[in-house]
Amino acid sequence: MKKIWSSILVILTSLIAFAVSAETSSTADQYQLNLRKGVTEISGQVYDLHMLMFIICVVIAVLVFGAMFWSMFFHRKSRGAQPANFHESVKVEIAWTVVPFIILVVMAFPAAKTLIAMEDPENSEVTILVTGSQWKWHYKYMENDVEYYSVMATQQEQINNKFAKGENYLLEVDRPLVIPTGKKVRFLVTSDDVIHSWWVPDFAVKKDANPGFINEAWTNVNEPGIYRGQCAELCGKDHGFMPIVVIAKEPAEYQAWVNEQEDIQRKAKEEEQRLLAMNMTMEELMVTGEQVYLRACAACHQPNGQGLPGVFPALVGSDMVLNDMTAHLDVVINGKAGTAMQAFAKQLTMSELAAVITYERNAWGNDTGDMVQAKDINAVMTGQ
Amino acid sequence: MSTATTELGHDDHHHHAPSGIKRWLYTTNHKDIGTLYLWFAFIMFLIGGAMAMVIRAELFQPGLQIVDPNFFNQMTTVHGLIMVFGAVMPAFTGLANWLVPMMIGAPDMALPRMNNWSFWILPMAFSILLASLFMEGGGPAFGWTFYAPLSTTYSNDTTALFVFSVHIMGISSIMGAINVIVTIFNMRAPGMTWMKMPLFVWTWLITAFLLIAVMPVLAGAVTMVLTDKFFGTSFFSASGGGDPVMFQHIFWFFGHPEVYIMILPAFGIISAIIPTFSRKKLFGYASMVYATTSIALLSFIVWAHHMFTTGMPVGAELFFMFATMLISVPTGVKVFNWVATMWRGSLTFEVPMLFALAFIVLFTIGGLSGLMLAIVPVDFQYHDTYFVVAHFHYVLVTGAIFSIMAAVYYWLPKWTGKMFDITLAKWHFWCSLISVNVLFFPMHFVGLAGMPRRIPDYALQFADFNKWISLGGFAFGLSQLIFLALLIKACRKKGEPVSDQVWEGAEGLEWEIPSPAPYHTFETPPVIK
Ligand code: HEC
Ligand code: HEM
Ligand SMILES: [Cu+2]
Ligand SMILES: [Cu+2]
Repeated sequence: MKKIWSSILVILTSLIAFAVSAETSSTADQYQLNLRKGVTEISGQVYDLHMLMFIICVVIAVLVFGAMFWSMFFHRKSRGAQPANFHESVKVEIAWTVVPFIILVVMAFPAAKTLIAMEDPENSEVTILVTGSQWKWHYKYMENDVEYYSVMATQQEQINNKFAKGENYLLEVDRPLVIPTGKKVRFLVTSDDVIHSWWVPDFAVKKDANPGFINEAWTNVNEPGIYRGQCAELCGKDHGFMPIVVIAKEPAEYQAWVNEQEDIQRKAKEEEQRLLAMNMTMEELMVTGEQVYLRACAACHQPNGQGLPGVFPALVGSDMVLNDMTAHLDVVINGKAGTAMQAFAKQLTMSELAAVITYERNAWGNDTGDMVQAKDINAVMTGQ
Repeated sequence: MSTATTELGHDDHHHHAPSGIKRWLYTTNHKDIGTLYLWFAFIMFLIGGAMAMVIRAELFQPGLQIVDPNFFNQMTTVHGLIMVFGAVMPAFTGLANWLVPMMIGAPDMALPRMNNWSFWILPMAFSILLASLFMEGGGPAFGWTFYAPLSTTYSNDTTALFVFSVHIMGISSIMGAINVIVTIFNMRAPGMTWMKMPLFVWTWLITAFLLIAVMPVLAGAVTMVLTDKFFGTSFFSASGGGDPVMFQHIFWFFGHPEVYIMILPAFGIISAIIPTFSRKKLFGYASMVYATTSIALLSFIVWAHHMFTTGMPVGAELFFMFATMLISVPTGVKVFNWVATMWRGSLTFEVPMLFALAFIVLFTIGGLSGLMLAIVPVDFQYHDTYFVVAHFHYVLVTGAIFSIMAAVYYWLPKWTGKMFDITLAKWHFWCSLISVNVLFFPMHFVGLAGMPRRIPDYALQFADFNKWISLGGFAFGLSQLIFLALLIKACRKKGEPVSDQVWEGAEGLEWEIPSPAPYHTFETPPVIK
């Protein structure tokens, strides 16, 4: 009997040693095997819970498989083993019901404690509304006049293996979310269309974005830095291509950034009003239009305007695009309820809307010659 | 699997079985129907496996190479649906058809015509599902869990075909379950008391009750998806007063018992095989029955452990966490009982035993990662990553599928009267065992490192492991062709004739009848000591 126990002990310690060394080895980033510790107090607790569970599971596995391999080796017929004829034992059976139960109770306490802390968003200092839509995130700072969309920045050519893939392939966005360090930041999470899930592993925050409902989550980041995550709930075709990037800045830097953004966004609105009075040339409209189209529309209607039959309609040769200007303006500005076609009024500026609609009416052989100007868009939006 | 029954049909004077295709179309014989189910399940396993190969080929390297994201989503969805409803469930029903009457001393299933019908609607259901892949817009692309509103407002029109085919699968399962229950209640041979029934019969009886309880819930869920999409209702749309999260509650109220539907019969199989090759009675028979029953009951109060990130109240999260942890106690009891059965037995390692031993180890690994997933704070990190994909493939592939293979190897000689090709079988076992771990074990690592599931392309830090995973996948796929060759050989009656008992140490009614099992068995009930 002694021999069994000592050999079990040896296996156990070596396994735990392996686990610990795998965890502390510094090749981590390249060859990461384990959960990250993350950069918040909560994510550290989550990591500790994970390791606790892992070690308990390894111990259980070693005991069970140890007993099993023991009998596979020593109780085999070829070694002349004679079968014993016991087939029940109330004592043993009660023991292996009660002991696991006690282990579970021991696990339950720290788990419940961390969970309750995670689900307490009270006393936050910054609140950000996070809205998912097919396939981008929108961030709105509730205390400030700052809001914007955040879209994956990886080039299509990298995805299609035409260009070499960059370091942050698929995990880079045009406009990251910025939050202050050392402050409790609350996220209100919701969606404009299907269910998405906002996940940043380093914060141990994963919350579903449900259309029509608002979920709460929070974090308090200690270290300034850049943290990357991804959408974690299947949300349609480009679910794999809606990453999340968060930059945590020192509070002073953060405040400076917010002020700057407020300024930029106010100026942009003024600029938009100014542009209403101006006409763009066809060439300008087509150049801007193509850029906007590839960024905002091509995921569904495809870069060549052919759409995906049965899922997203083709714009090439579409009756609406060729003939019905009013309907075309309406569907792009207001979207179409109950379909994947979103309202782009809040996503694009008026001149961008004008450009993309002009582009659709003149690209890919749709040569209608029609031009749309920002003031036409303004007229529709203000109901004239 | 296909049996000696053609010739035996002739010996049988009061049976005028038609031959050829009509024999299989019209058959009401439980052995024929069992064979049909098993072949159907195996074909579905190969088709679903081919889709897994497409998925793994695309994920072999970062970047999009072979399929576009929309088709990728169709592949994961249909792979999941086919494996769950087309491979695992029909295979267990096939085994129930073959074995339940033989194990309880009944001449056939209680409702033979319904039995025929419940099988033959299955090929229709899956033809519809597969056909939708070739239609405009393609097949279902919203995951086998078809969460609304992705499956309602945002899906394409072939969703109607998906709904229709799931309805047919559900009807088939319910009919199969009714048949099992009626057979076990009414047709046990005199003296076959409840606590003498083999565990395979017990676990299937409980499975059948689970099926009857939850398949209608699934039918309700798909119907609501249908009316939300096509008839203007708003069960799952907030703009009409509904709630998309309610869909998940309904789905998982079906879905969690469903995972036990796919594992309880496996427990029965392993409880038959381990004692035979340990030459020792099953340890703790009664506690096995109680454990199975408590697992089945508990499976109704743990569904929301699939939904911890949906924003449930903390109280609900705590409740579902504790209930889920609790369910691991009876599951543990089973594993301990199997190990205690082997303890001080007299073990040999024939092919069915090899699969059963692999089952115990690998299923336990899946069970332990399940226990980790129950801990809500860490589930937030694991949820919807490859860690979950690893977990459910350990319990489904090396759990359910390995148990089915163990069962086929164990009872095949009884069905055909000939020993299968042992060399091929060993190749099949060792190739599968090694490749399946190369395939699924590293998924734990990429999951922990942060790779979400259901994505057609991934960040560069996951590249090395994904290459190994794909290579393991291709090897596992190829290994199943060995099994195919072996089965074809067995059906053509190649091999050494076997004795009635087949395996030294096998006990139970099915081992007392001749090998191959005659077309009709137990027309007069056996006497049970
Ligand atoms: C998330 C996917 C998606 C994106 C992104 C998207 N669309 Fe659409 N679009 C759709 C769908 C789906 C429809 C069909 C709606 C319906 O059922 O009528 C549609 C319809 C249209 C139509 C009407 C076509 C017709 O013939 O009826 C136009 C025009 C259009 N979109 C323009 C745009 C423009 C411009 C953009 C970019 C600013 C854009 N779409 C971005 C999904 C999308
Ligand atoms: C042949 C070996 C198999 C391989 C290589 C394989 C591989 C995969 C892969 C890569 C995924 C997709 C993961 C993702 O992108 O989210 C997946 C999903 C899935 N697999 Fe398998 N699998 C195999 C066998 C099985 C079996 C036998 C079953 C069932 C018994 C099964 C059940 C599922 C389910 C339910 C899903 C989830 C589908 C979804 O996300 O909707 N798989 N599999
Ligand atoms: Cu997503
Ligand atoms: Cu579950």
